[in-house]
Amino acid sequence: MSDRAPVIATHSPALRHHFSNMEQQMEASVMGMWVFLITEIMFFGGMFCGYMVYRHQYYSAWVAGSQKMDFWWGTLNTIVLLCSSLTMALGVRAAQLGRRKSVVIFLLITILFGLGFLGIKGIEYHSHWTEHQFPGLNWAWPDANGNLVALFFSFYWAMTGFHALHMVIGVGLVAFIAYHAWQGRYSAEYYNPVETVGLYWHFVDIVWIYLYPLLYLISHKHISG
Amino acid sequence: MATATVPTAERENYLNKEYGIKSWLLTTDHKRIALLYLILITFFFFIGGFFALLIRLELLTPAGDLVQADTYNKLFTMHGQVMVFFFLIPAVPAVLGNFLVPMMIGAKDLAFPRINLLSWYLLVIGGVLMMYTILTGGVDTGWTFYTPLSTQFLNTHVVAAALAIFVAGFSSILTGLNFIVTIHRMRAPGMTWSRLPLFVWANYATAIIQVLGTPVLAISLMLVALERIFGLAIFDPQRGGDPLLFQHLFWFYSHPAVYIMILPGMGVVSEIVTCFSRKRIFGYKFMALAVIAIAVLGFLVWAHHMFVAGMSLYAGMMFSLLSYFVAVPSAIKVFNWTSTMYKGSISYNTPMLYAFGFIGLFTMGGLTGLFVAALGIDVHVTDTYFVVAHFHYIMVGGMVIAYLAGIHFWWPKISGRMYPESWGKLAALIIFIGFNLTFFPQFVLGYLGMPRRYWQYSPEFQVLNVLSTAGATILAVGYILPMVYLLWSMRYGKIADENPWNAAGLEWKTASPPPTFNFDETPTVTWEAYNYDELKEAPVER
Repeated sequence: MSDRAPVIATHSPALRHHFSNMEQQMEASVMGMWVFLITEIMFFGGMFCGYMVYRHQYYSAWVAGSQKMDFWWGTLNTIVLLCSSLTMALGVRAAQLGRRKSVVIFLLITILFGLGFLGIKGIEYHSHWTEHQFPGLNWAWPDANGNLVALFFSFYWAMTGFHALHMVIGVGLVAFIAYHAWQGRYSAEYYNPVETVGLYWHFVDIVWIYLYPLLYLISHKHISG
Repeated sequence: MATATVPTAERENYLNKEYGIKSWLLTTDHKRIALLYLILITFFFFIGGFFALLIRLELLTPAGDLVQADTYNKLFTMHGQVMVFFFLIPAVPAVLGNFLVPMMIGAKDLAFPRINLLSWYLLVIGGVLMMYTILTGGVDTGWTFYTPLSTQFLNTHVVAAALAIFVAGFSSILTGLNFIVTIHRMRAPGMTWSRLPLFVWANYATAIIQVLGTPVLAISLMLVALERIFGLAIFDPQRGGDPLLFQHLFWFYSHPAVYIMILPGMGVVSEIVTCFSRKRIFGYKFMALAVIAIAVLGFLVWAHHMFVAGMSLYAGMMFSLLSYFVAVPSAIKVFNWTSTMYKGSISYNTPMLYAFGFIGLFTMGGLTGLFVAALGIDVHVTDTYFVVAHFHYIMVGGMVIAYLAGIHFWWPKISGRMYPESWGKLAALIIFIGFNLTFFPQFVLGYLGMPRRYWQYSPEFQVLNVLSTAGATILAVGYILPMVYLLWSMRYGKIADENPWNAAGLEWKTASPPPTFNFDETPTVTWEAYNYDELKEAPVER
C-alpha cells in the first residue's frame, strides 16, 4: 500500500504478490498461526471440559485410573518434550539470524526428540493394551468400579491419542521445513514457516504440559478409600 | 470516480484471464474460488431441497404412505445436515464474503490464497463423504447426532456423516481464519476499522464464531466416532457417561453456528438498504457493535436447546435470561435498518425487495425466538413444528433471502452483466409468498401440538399441512427461476458498468468484472463508509 511501498526498494523473491511488504507478510502468517492455535485450544478444550465434569462426578474412579499411569515414563516424556521445545526455539532463533546450518541441525534434533516422545508413548500404550486397559476393544478391570474407570481410560486414550496425532503432524511439518532450510529457502528476511511451525510445536508441547499433571500427577499418591 | 461505460467484457478481468478447467481448479484468486463455492453449494442446495420436497410430499396426507418411518427419519436428517453444513454455513461467507471482503477493504486477495483454495477442497471432500453417506443408505440421527442414539442404537452411516461434517467444519474454520487475518492485516491505507463496510464487520463476527465454535463441534463428532468405532465410553450411560455432556458440547458450537447462518446475511442487508435508500446507514457504530455482540452472546446461550433435556431449572433460568439479551443487538439491527430507510429515497430493485423480505421475516423469526427462549412456553412447543417454523424463518426467511439479495446486488460485479430486473422482482415475490405459505402454517401446527420428526400426524392437522406443502412447491419454483435467469444473463444480460447501482464501497470502484488483483492501483480511503450524502444526486441506474 502506497504509504508503505517505499520500504521494498528491493523486492524479495519470497514476497507473495498480494502482500505489500515482507513485514506485512510476516505479521499475517504469524497471526494466522495464532488464530489456528485458538481453534486448537477449543478442540482440546472440549475434551478437557469432559474430563473435568467426569472427574468431579466420579472422583474415585479417576483416582483408580490415574494410579495405573506410569509416573516415570510420563515424567521422562515431559522432559523430552520440553527439550524439544528448547531446540525448536533455538532453531527459530537461528533462522532469524539466517544461520542455515544451525537451523537444520536444531530442527533435526527437534525431530529426534519428537520421535522419542512418540516412542515412549508407544511403550506406554503397549503396556496399557496388554493390561486390558483399552475400553471397548480390550477391557478388563478387577473390581466393580470398572465401568467408571473405563470412562477415565476413554479420556486417557482420546486425549493422549489426539495429542500424539498432533505430534505426528508436528514431526512431519518440522521435517518439511528442515528440508526447505537445508535447501536454503529461508533467510534472515524470510523465515515465516520456521516461525509458524515453531509456534505450532510449542502449542502441542503446552497441551502435554496440561495432560501430564491431569493424567499422571494429581491423583498419583492418593490412597483411595 | 470514473463512470465511463467502457464495454468491460473487452478488458482483461478475472474471468477471461485464463481459460480451461485447470485454471479454475488450481486458482488462488479469491474471486474464482468464490465461484467454485457458488457452484458447489448450489448443487447441495438442490440436494437438500430435494429432501425437503420429499418431506413435504410425505406430510401431504396424515398417513405414512409415501415413505417408511425409517426413510422419513433419514430424509429430515440429511435435509438438515446438507442444508446447514453444505449450504447455509458456506453460503454468504464463502461465496459473497470470499468475493467481496478483499475488495471491500482494498486488498489484492485474502491473506492466505492457497489456504482459501484448500478450504474449498475440504468442502468438496466433505461433500463427497456426504454424498457417499446419502447414496449408500443415509443416516438417521437427526442433524444433531444426539447420543446414545447415534452411538448405540443406529446402524446407519453415522461415522461417514460425522466425518463429512468434520471435514466441512475445517473448511469453515479455515475460511474464518483467513477472514480474521485478512481484515486485521490487509486493509488498504485509510481503511480504518470505523470505515469498514458492515458486510465486512458481519463476516468478521461470523469468522470469530467459526474459529471458536467449529473446533468444539469437531471434537464432539470425533468423540462420537471414537465411541462407535472403538467402543470408548465417553457418552455411554451404561458406563457412567453423560449424554447431556454431548448435548452441551454440540450446542456450544451449534447455537453460535445458528448465528453463522444469520450474521453474514445481516451484513448483506446493511449494504443493500443503504444503497437503495440513498442514505448513510443509521447508527453505524451500533450496527458494527451489534454484530460483534450477537457473536459473543451467541456463545452464552447454548443450553436453551436443552430446557427439557433434564438440565437444572436454575441453569435453565440463566440460559433463558441470557437468550433474551440476544434480542437487544438484534433489535438494534432491525430498528437501524428501518431508520435508514426513513426519509430515504427508496428504489424498489430486486435486492431491495429481498432486503424488505429479510427484515420482516427475520423479525418474525427473532420474535418467535423469544417465545421459545421462555422456559414455560418452550416446554409447550419443544419439538413441535413451532420450533421448525421459528428456525426456518431465520435460516430460510433470513439467510437464504439475504443470500439471494446479495447474489443479485453483486451479480453485475461478479458476472459483468445485469440480471433481468423484472424476472428478478417476480422471483423475489414468488419466494416471499411461497416461503410464508410454507412456514406460517407450521407456527400454528406447532402451537396446536403437532410434533416434528414424525412421518404421520393426526388428521385434524391436514389442512395446514396441505397449505405448507403447496407453499413449498411455490418456493421451489421461486428458487429455480433465479438459477435460470442468472445463467441466462451471463451470456445475454445487459453489460454492467463498474457501478450500476451507484453504490458506495470500494468494490464498486473497480471494473465489472474486476481484474485479477482487484484494483489497478491500491486505493487510499479518505471517506467514511456509506457516504451516500455525497453521492445523493446521482440516481440509481437500472
